[in-house]
Amino acid sequence: MLEIKCPYCGKRSQNEFSYGGDATIKRPQLGEEISTEDWDNFVYYRDNPRGKHSELWHHVSGCRQWFKVSRDTATHEIFDTCKMNEDFNV
Amino acid sequence: MQKYSVFSLVKNAFTNHENWEVAWKDPEPKKEYDVIIVGGGGHGLATAYYLAKEHGITNVAILEKGWIGGGNVGRNTTILRSNYMFDSNAHFYEFGMKLWETLSQELNYNVMYSPRGIINLAHSDAQMNAYARRGNSMRLNGIDAILLGRDDLKKMIPFADFSETCRFPIHGGLMQPRGGTARHDAVAWGYARQADSMGVDIIQNCEVTGFDVNNGKIEGVQTSRGNIKTKKVGLCVAGSTTLLADMLNMRLPIEAHVLQACVSEPVKPLLHNVVTFGAGHFYCSQSDKGEMVMGGDLDGYNSYAQRGNMPMIQHVLTGGLAVFPNFSRLKMLRTWGGIMDMSMDGSPIIDKTHIEGVYLNCGWCYGGFKATPSSGFVFAHTIAQDQVHELNSDFNLERFHTGKIIDEKGVGPKPWIG
Repeated sequence: MLEIKCPYCGKRSQNEFSYGGDATIKRPQLGEEISTEDWDNFVYYRDNPRGKHSELWHHVSGCRQWFKVSRDTATHEIFDTCKMNEDFNV
Repeated sequence: MQKYSVFSLVKNAFTNHENWEVAWKDPEPKKEYDVIIVGGGGHGLATAYYLAKEHGITNVAILEKGWIGGGNVGRNTTILRSNYMFDSNAHFYEFGMKLWETLSQELNYNVMYSPRGIINLAHSDAQMNAYARRGNSMRLNGIDAILLGRDDLKKMIPFADFSETCRFPIHGGLMQPRGGTARHDAVAWGYARQADSMGVDIIQNCEVTGFDVNNGKIEGVQTSRGNIKTKKVGLCVAGSTTLLADMLNMRLPIEAHVLQACVSEPVKPLLHNVVTFGAGHFYCSQSDKGEMVMGGDLDGYNSYAQRGNMPMIQHVLTGGLAVFPNFSRLKMLRTWGGIMDMSMDGSPIIDKTHIEGVYLNCGWCYGGFKATPSSGFVFAHTIAQDQVHELNSDFNLERFHTGKIIDEKGVGPKPWIG
């Protein structure tokens, strides 16, 4: 069982959360010229490291906020969590 | 190579089974090979076997970081099927089913192919319609499919919950009678033994640490047991594909996720088919030893750990008990996990790459085991001929740019949802 610290509610069990994938993906800027390759990369290509991974989680059975988690994909250690508009401290 | 038969069994019984030949050798890596296969799992071993048998290429090494068959080929739930609707999948997996049917004879190794039938349960009229459509598509592609009604299923799995008030009442199901199971370890060992006998070097405890690429061409691989020259490299490393692709500066539409499975204590014969209860994220078959072999969904977050977490086991077994309430008194024997190379459309990638001489075999999601023979067959062709076989021509990397994706489940590029 992962114990995830929601930046709004504090530590909660994994059961209250759902996963949202790679947090480093940026949607191409609207209103600008966007190449097909940029769109393809946005839709299909992700970071997939063995180790520290920035990812999105949703406190779906809690405050319903999305936030960022920095977690090790091999050991599942959680280094830090922060709000969407913040950066990790660790 | 010593042929396995009832006569060799009797003969060796007289010498206390102490004089059997080794099934495969333990060679030192040579300085150079025509082809290097990275990954000694089912797909890597099968690829080497078909390279030797179909294409006469025997100066081949399989480099395995651990021991052969220690990854997903030893961790799956051993299910074989070709019950796909899309043509690209149907043709590829049905070709594989035909190879499964004669694999024990071909390899002179009993892979215990058991065509016990795979049943997908349906719980609404709409789902019955969808299964009728899928069954018809399968039959048009020459694959066997039977639509089962509720009364048929009452005879086949009488211990399932057939009450009308349960959350997912059983309306019927779709069955592929030729689907079933095979003994996964035997598949790896059978391919290994035959590949070895044709001259393939199986090199275990040999980790690939880098690649020598020059002017866009592969020239060799760096390993924990020294540098080895080669002109062709095939990657068959499933969940570890991204780690090798990173060394080649390739970004792939793949995420690593852990998938768990578990077995109960052995009990007397009860469940005679493979049954999937998709609505409850659960499927099950009974092994020849009598254990219930059960599986379900991914844990749901990126993972390279070959072990899982309890919330998903609880979720899967909760679904299992909804359909088979009498399983509640079974004791759990063990649980384990394996790393899935989840592609963004749920279909595999078997293709050449932007580096000349580097070939890619990955993206198997949950379905790699049943594809072992067909994947090895077409990957060997792709490597030997330097061009894709017609059966894997749609499983290309380019589809993530052209848009011709093969999204059988229709879940989109979010593997943890599917």
